Order: sequence, then C-alpha cells, then structure tokens
Amino acid sequence: MRTKHKLWAALAALGFAAGAAQAQISGNTVKIGVLSDMSSLYADIGGPGSVVAAKMAVEDFEKAHHPKFKIEVVGADHLNKPDVGSQIARKWYDEEGVDVIVDVPNSGVALAVSQVTREKNKAFIGSGPGSSDLTGAKCSPNTIHWVYDTWMLANGTGTAVVKTGGDTWFFITADYAFGHALERDATNAVTKAGGKVLGGVKVPLNTQDFSSFLLQAQASKAKIIGLANAGGDTINSIKQAAEFGIVKGGQHLAGLLVFLSDVHGIGLEKAQGLILTENFYWDRNDKSRAWSKRFAALDNNKMPTMVHAGVYTSVLEYLAAVSALGSDDGGKVIAEMKKKPFDDPLFGKSYVREDGRNVHDAYLFQVKTPAESKGPYDYYKLLATIPADQAFRPLKDGGCALVK
Amino acid sequence: MPALMGQLLIGLINGSFYALLSLGLAVIFGLLNIINFTHGAQYMLGAFVAWFLLNQLGLGYWWALAIVPVALAVFGMLIERLMLKHLYKLDHLYGLLLTFGLALMIEGLFTQRFGSAGMPYSMPGKLTGGYALGFMFLPTYRAWVIAASLAICLTTWFVIERTKLGSYLRAATENPSLVQAFGVNVPRMITLTYGFGVGLAGLAGVFAAPIYQVSPQMGSSLIIVVFAVVVIGGMGSIMGSIVTGFGLGVVEGLTKYFYPEASSTVIFVIMAIVLMIRPQGLFGQR
Repeated sequence: MRTKHKLWAALAALGFAAGAAQAQISGNTVKIGVLSDMSSLYADIGGPGSVVAAKMAVEDFEKAHHPKFKIEVVGADHLNKPDVGSQIARKWYDEEGVDVIVDVPNSGVALAVSQVTREKNKAFIGSGPGSSDLTGAKCSPNTIHWVYDTWMLANGTGTAVVKTGGDTWFFITADYAFGHALERDATNAVTKAGGKVLGGVKVPLNTQDFSSFLLQAQASKAKIIGLANAGGDTINSIKQAAEFGIVKGGQHLAGLLVFLSDVHGIGLEKAQGLILTENFYWDRNDKSRAWSKRFAALDNNKMPTMVHAGVYTSVLEYLAAVSALGSDDGGKVIAEMKKKPFDDPLFGKSYVREDGRNVHDAYLFQVKTPAESKGPYDYYKLLATIPADQAFRPLKDGGCALVK
Repeated sequence: MPALMGQLLIGLINGSFYALLSLGLAVIFGLLNIINFTHGAQYMLGAFVAWFLLNQLGLGYWWALAIVPVALAVFGMLIERLMLKHLYKLDHLYGLLLTFGLALMIEGLFTQRFGSAGMPYSMPGKLTGGYALGFMFLPTYRAWVIAASLAICLTTWFVIERTKLGSYLRAATENPSLVQAFGVNVPRMITLTYGFGVGLAGLAGVFAAPIYQVSPQMGSSLIIVVFAVVVIGGMGSIMGSIVTGFGLGVVEGLTKYFYPEASSTVIFVIMAIVLMIRPQGLFGQR
C-alpha cells in the first residue's frame, strides 16, 4: 500500500513537472506575426509573400517534427510608419499572444519594433530591414537581423565598383533610417577602397519623379551615382536615369539595394549590367530552385526575393529553438538561436553572433542582358562569392553593447 | 544658374501632370459638384490599360493615346450612371466617400493581381533620345508631354469658357431645371462631362506610363498633391487648375534643388497659407 502510494506521488510529481514544462509555451501556442509593407513600395519585397513564406515554414516544421504545441501565423500592414508598426507590435504582444515578429521591411519601423520587443521580452527576427544599426548601436538581446544589412551591401557593391574604376560617387538617398545608414556605410566602403564621395541628395521616401535629383547627380560629374534607396524608389530612379541619358553620358549607376522583384519591374532592357549584392538567388542550387518553385506556385507565380527566403528559414530556425527549449520566452529563444552554427536550407552555413547578426555568405551578381536571359526571372549571373567572415561588419566595429 | 534652368524645366514637366489631373478634377467638381477621389485610380487604370494593350494585344503607345481615354470615359460614365447619379441631392460627403471607397477597391484589386513593383512600359521608339540644351539634357518624351498637356489644357479651357457647348455646361451647373426647360438633356450632359473628366485622367495615365512605373499605387501617391493643387487654384476653376498645376510643379522643382528633404511637403505648406489668406483659392470666386 505504501509503495503504491509512493508510486502515485512520483507519477503526480512527474505529471506536474511535465505540466510546468508545457506551461512555458504560453497557451501551448506559438504565434508568429508577419509585420510588413503589404500595400506600398516594399510590398513585393516582403509583403503578402512573406506571409506565404512563414506559412510554408510552419507547414514544413510540423511535417518534420510533429511538435506538441500549436503554431499560428498572423499578418499586418505597417504602412511604412514607425508609429503604426510599434502600435501593432504592442497590440500583438499584449493582447493577441504573438511570440515573435518576423520580416519588417523599412528600417525605421524595424528599429521601433526592436525597441518594443525588448521592452516586452519577446523575439524579433528581421529579414526585411537593412539598417546595420539593428546590430550596431541599437542592438538588442531580443533581436536577430537575419538576411542582409547596409554594411554588407555597401561593402559588396561599393568595393566591387570602386575596384572597376568607379572612384567618384554621388548619392541619391532615401531620407530615413535605412537610406542614411546605407549612405554612411557606402561612404565608408568607398573611401576605404580609395574612392571619393563628391556629394549627395536626400529624397523623401516613395518619390515618383527623380528627374530633379538625377539632374543634380549629372551636374556633380561623379563617375558613379549610388542609389541608397530601395523598392519602388530604386525602380523609378533607374528607369528615369535611362531616360535622361545618364549612362550614355558616361556616368554609371550603382544600385546599392536591388531586389529580384525590382529587376523584374524595371525589365532587363534598362536593368542590364547592374551590379548588386544579395544573399539569395532562386536559381543558385537545387535546394533553392525547388523551394522557390514551391513558393512561386503559392504567390501568383512570382519568384521569391531574399527577404521571402529569409522569412522562411528564420521561422524554421525559431521554431526549432522553441521546440528544443520547450519555452517561448523571447530572450531565451533568441539566446538559444545564438548557441550553435546551423545549416540553413537556403542560405547555407550560418551562425548568429552575439550582436544579433546572422552571418552567412553573400554574392555579388550582375544583371543579365536580354540576350543572355532565358526567360522571366532568369536575371542574375554570379560574379563572386563573398565568404561569410568577410561579408558582414566585424563584430568589434559595430559598437553593440552586447559585445564584451 | 544653368542648374536652376534645368530644375525650372523639370518643374514644368511635373506641373503638366498636375495640370492635366487637376483639370479633370476641376471640370468634374465644377459641373457635378462631386469631389472625385477615384481620379488617382482612374489615372492608374489609364496606365494599366495602355500596358494591357501593348502586352496582350500588341497595340503600341499611339493606339493607347486614342483608345485609353475613350475606354476610361466609358468606364467613368458607367460609374456615373450606376452610382454617382443617386448622390447628387445629398451632401458632398457622400460622393467623396463613394469615390474614395471605389479608389481603394480598384487599387487593392490591382495590388493583389499585379504586386507593387509594377510593370515596365517601354517608351515609343520615335520619342526616345533627347536634346542637349546646354544647361540640361531634355528627353524628347518629356518635351512631348509638356506640349501635349498644354495643348489639351488650353483646348479644354477654350471649349468650356468660350464656346456655346461650354456655356450650356456652365448654365446647367447654375440652374439645371431652367436649362432642362430649354430642351437640353442635362443628365446626359452631366454623364458625358464625368466621362470626359475621367478620360483626361486616363490620358494622363498613358502619358505617365513610359516614365513612371505602371504600378497600382501610382495614382494614390499623386492624387493628394493634385487635390492640394485644386484647392490652391480654387475648386472648380478651370484656368485656376491649369495655372496652379504648372506653377506648383515649378515651385516643387525649385524645392527639390534648394532643400530636397522638403519637396514632398512644400505644396501642402502653400495650401495651408493660401487657405488662411484666401480660402476660396487663388482663382476661385467667393
């Protein structure tokens, strides 16, 4: 009788312990919030495609690991406004049980979301934003910067262009956090490689007409016009530069951040020859091709950008960490993700640094000529691979307080 | 100085878009008393129809110039007959809400289908290249846009202010029942007028297609500025919208040169000042 009693007690204790472990995942549900620009100039870079990518990751994770917890995906539009973005983040965290926010193109919004996430001890994994400040002066123990950043772009494209003789620069910069960071990082890269910056102009976000600014760039006589902008802004500047005979006049454009969707929107006729840096291209290997075709079938036959690929693998890795830890505590999950290197299905060998920077290879691509391209989305040829240890800003240079 | 000349010219080019669009708005407001918030979406539709004609039917730019305004006018007349007609007796606000809702729906549908990056539309072969003016390189296409839009604006002004047809139109806005009594079919005239205004928006869309990206948001990013132009010029004033359109284009162009960060707000600053000093607008009548 007494032994039976002990057995019951032991069982009860076990059950309680298991229950406690279970309870660490709040509501036994992991809720993923995809916060993006769903309707404006960055909507093709992240946007609805990022929701598709997050759902694909959940599907694949559930199929492979049969987790005991439920997983939900929600999406929202931050309208490229930091105040709207942080409001949504607060509401998600406080009222709707969201555990992690992913994507968030637009660095201004991303910096605000990173702040809120830290206050609430949740997790933020940014694939969309560019500003290298996210892992520099404004780094956070609750934030991982997943795909690319302005330092990587500036270092990749800027250095390559200076090496081919483009040693004088004029910047056309989007007037907000991302553009400023990109111009700053590119200026450093250009100067370091022996080039010189002659001037620049800061342009309000989402501008239709760039002719005034292109004219100023033309007057500067710089060999290279660096476009420190993204999405619709980059598309319009490149199109209108062709119209104003910039390239025919001997000046060249350097698109510091050009996505696959932008090249698709500009058309090869005008985009050919552009040099750009990205971490992912759908046609790079068998794995990326297989995944991208699956993605395209779910998203109006559009091939994924590196941001979409980033949302997919960041959700996969996040879920793996939650599962291993048995907890959805934001700070702990992010710390878990930093523990060991992993083999990313789309970005290859990767590891997350103390400052929150996810480090992997970057690639220098050139846009094909219409004659070289075999069809829609056959746009890039590989010029060089920038190995992971050189692709990102050295840990000590960022000024992140988490780095000891 | 040469740089300034360039900026002035570029201001005029952008101004010609403002003028074309605000002209359509002014005509519609003047004769229908409807604040047509769908104008931006109709401009966007114009560009998309041009793109569709080129890519699906192989009909180029010149065809688009002829077909698009007519197609958009028909579309506009359908909206007027089916929806707007029922709102004339109600407050302005209802027309504004209806047209705003329509704009959101059209833009939403196109974003869903075509994405936000938009479609390229290549420039017609005859209008590529440009002239070196010494102080700047003027693309042929932009020169064409200025000339064409100026011609259209002035013709519209002439028809409405100086011809018999125009006088019917103006009379019908003052006193529709009296004009009706003279045997003029006023409802049909109103339908045609709305169609004409929308056709103008469509035409501006075709002009814009080769320079800007043919994208679902192209209208919404422009329409707010155009509304400010109409307010500054004076609601319903035809000449006012033309002159203000070009004038504000120039002011914006100069701001882009002297203080680019403010270029997206300068027009609204002017609007606020004008509303304080002369609430009826520069060319409006009390």
